[in-house]
Amino acid sequence: MGRSQRSGQILFVIRTHLESVSSHSCYATALSFINGSTGQRSPPEWIMKTFCSVWLFLSLVELSPAPPVSQEPPLACRGPVDPALPQPETPEEMANTTGDLEPTHYPARRAATVALHYLNTRHGSPHMVFGLQQVHKASAEDVAAGGRNYSLDFSVTASPGGSPGPALRCSADVLFPRTEQHTPPDVQLRCEALQEINSTAEDEAFYQKYIAPDSAVSAQDLPDSYGNMSEEMQPFWRLGRVAASFIMLRESSENTELNMVQVANVTQQESSEKQLMLDYVVLLHDLPSQEITQWKLLASWSPDRGVRVLHTEWQPRCPHATKPPN
Amino acid sequence: MKGSVMSVLVVLALVAQDRLAGGQEHKSYDYTKYHTMDEISAWMNQMEKENPDVVSSMIYGQTYEKRNITLLKIGFTSATPKKAVWMDCGIHAREWIAPAFCQHFVKEILGSYQTDPKVKMLFENLDFYITPVLNMDGYIYSWKDNTTRLWRKSRSPGTGDCTCIGTDLNRNFNANWGMVGISRNCCSAVYNGPTPLSEPEAQAVTDFLVAHQNKLLCYLTIHSYGQQILVPYGHPNISAPNYDELMKVGRAAANAIKAVHGKSYKVGTPPDILYAFSGGSCDFARLTGIPYSFTFELRDEGKFSFILPEDQIQPTCEEVYQGAMSIINYIHDKNFRGSAITVTATLWTTLVASWISSANVF
Repeated sequence: MGRSQRSGQILFVIRTHLESVSSHSCYATALSFINGSTGQRSPPEWIMKTFCSVWLFLSLVELSPAPPVSQEPPLACRGPVDPALPQPETPEEMANTTGDLEPTHYPARRAATVALHYLNTRHGSPHMVFGLQQVHKASAEDVAAGGRNYSLDFSVTASPGGSPGPALRCSADVLFPRTEQHTPPDVQLRCEALQEINSTAEDEAFYQKYIAPDSAVSAQDLPDSYGNMSEEMQPFWRLGRVAASFIMLRESSENTELNMVQVANVTQQESSEKQLMLDYVVLLHDLPSQEITQWKLLASWSPDRGVRVLHTEWQPRCPHATKPPN
Repeated sequence: MKGSVMSVLVVLALVAQDRLAGGQEHKSYDYTKYHTMDEISAWMNQMEKENPDVVSSMIYGQTYEKRNITLLKIGFTSATPKKAVWMDCGIHAREWIAPAFCQHFVKEILGSYQTDPKVKMLFENLDFYITPVLNMDGYIYSWKDNTTRLWRKSRSPGTGDCTCIGTDLNRNFNANWGMVGISRNCCSAVYNGPTPLSEPEAQAVTDFLVAHQNKLLCYLTIHSYGQQILVPYGHPNISAPNYDELMKVGRAAANAIKAVHGKSYKVGTPPDILYAFSGGSCDFARLTGIPYSFTFELRDEGKFSFILPEDQIQPTCEEVYQGAMSIINYIHDKNFRGSAITVTATLWTTLVASWISSANVF
C-alpha cells in the first residue's frame, strides 16, 4: 500500500472520528496527561496503551486553528509523535484532589488564579491590576451536574499605580465544568472593601488625555526584553493585562495556570461611543505546558464602563520551526 | 571663557581616565543588569584572573552549537580531595534572572571569603562548582531579537520528520525519562528529546555529576519563575528517603529568603506545588545519590514572569543568596561539625579578648 494512500485512509478515519468527538476535549485530556497525576497508583498497562493510542490519533490531526484549550502548537508545525505517552488522570487520582486542599499546592492555586482573572476583568483598570497574594483555605468537591467546584479563601493585592498596595481578603467559588467541549469556568467572587480602593483620579486623567480625537498611541514590547517599560506606557500594559484576563479566564481549566508575559503590541484605534479603543497583541504563558500563545484582541475602556473585550483571535505561531509550514 | 574651556577639558580628562581604568572589570561590572553570553564569558575570565588562588575554570562539555560549557571552581586548593557543592543556572534560556543570580553568588563569595569567617570556612572545606549559563545556545538565541526572548529549550534540530528545533533540557535527563510531564511532540516546550541524554548539555552535566558523585553533597539548579524551593522528586510516585530533612532545610531557606525583602517562597515537591514531571536534572542528581538537591524558582509569581524587570535583579539575588547559603551552611555544619565549633570558639575568644583588653585600658 502506497504511503500517501495509507495516510489518506488514516486521515479519513481520524476526520470522521473527530466530527463526532470535539477536538477540545482531546486537548483537555492531553493537558491532563502532561500534568500527570498526583496519585499513587498507576493504571493497568493495557488501559493506558489503548487510551494512549486513541489520544495519539486524535492529537495527530488538527483540522482548523480553533482557539486551543491546551496550548499545543498547530498541526502545521508538528513533528512525528511517539506512542509513549504520559498517563491519564485516573478516577482514584482525581479523588485525591477533592475535599480539603493544601493551600500551597497547585490545585488551590490554579483555582485562585482563575478567580483572580475574573476579579481583574470586573475591577481592573489602567491604574488597577490585582495580584494573587496567598491562598488561606481551599476545598474542592464534585458537583452533581458534572464538574468540580473549588471553594477558596484567599488574599489579593491591589496595585493602584505601580507600587504594591494593601491586601484584600476574598472568597470565591470556582466551578470547572466537565463537558466534552471546553466550557469556561464559572466564578462567584466576593472581596472585602473592594469599593474603598480606587484609582479614579488617575484613570480619569488618563482617559481625558487619550480620548482626544487625534490621539493615536502605538507601542511594542511592554515590557521590553529587560523588563523595562516607560511610565507613560504602564497604564496601557495594565489595560492589556486586564483585557488578557478575559481570555485567560475563558481558556482556563484545572490543568492550566495562565499568566500574561508581555504586550507585544498595542495600537490605539479610533474612539467609539466615548470608549478608548485599543488593538492588542498579547503573549500568554501556561505554566503546566510551558507554552507561549499569542492572542490578538480588541478592547474598549472608559472609566464608566470598564474594560470590555470585543474580539479575540488566537494567532498560531509556528514555534521553533526551521521552515514555514506547508 | 577660559574657565569654562578648562573645566570642559578637566571633565574630558576624567572621563578618559575612567574609560582607561576599565581594566579592573569586576569593579565596573554591573550586577544589576542582564548580560549577554559574551559579557558573561568575559566576566568569568576576569573572575579567574583576579582570584587565581581560589578560582579556576573547567570546560566539561560542549553545547549542540559547539560552545564550551564552562564552570568556575571556587575554594581553597587542597592536597586532599574536598567535598563539593554544585550550582547551575540557565538550563532554560528565557529565565534570565537565573544566570544573573549565579554571577551575584560568585561575586558575593569572592568578596567575603577573606573577611567573613563562615565563608572562609566554606572555602576551606568545600569546593563550589558553578555554571553561570548551562544552555548557552538557547540563552544566546533568546538575546537575538524580541521574537526570540521567550525561547526555553536547547537549539538542537529536530530528528526524523520533525520541523521544530530544541529539546527541554530539564526533561532530557536519565531520571524516569519520558514518564510524566513531557510531550512527545517535538514542537512542544516540554519535548523531552528523542532519547534520554540526547542533548550534549544534559550529557555534560550527567558526566560531571557521576564523576564527582562521591564529592558532591549538594546540587542546586536555578530557574524562574514562581518563587518556589522544590525538593525531589518531580516524578509523583517516588519519595526521597530524606524527604523530611529536605523539607526542613527547604523551609529554613524560605524563612531566610523572607527575612530579606519579605518575599514568600513556597517549599514542596513539584507534583505537590507545581506539576509532576520526570527527566529533570534535580531528580537525576538525587537518584545519583547527591543527598541535598534543590530546584530554585526565582521571582516573580506571574506579574512579569520571565521578563523580570532589571530593578528586581538586585533584591532577588540578595534574598536567594541567603536562601542558598542557609542550605549550604546547614550541609557544611552537618558534615564538618568540628570546624564549625572551632570558628564559633574563635569568634567568642576574639570577642572576650577584645573586651578584656579594652577593660584593661581603664
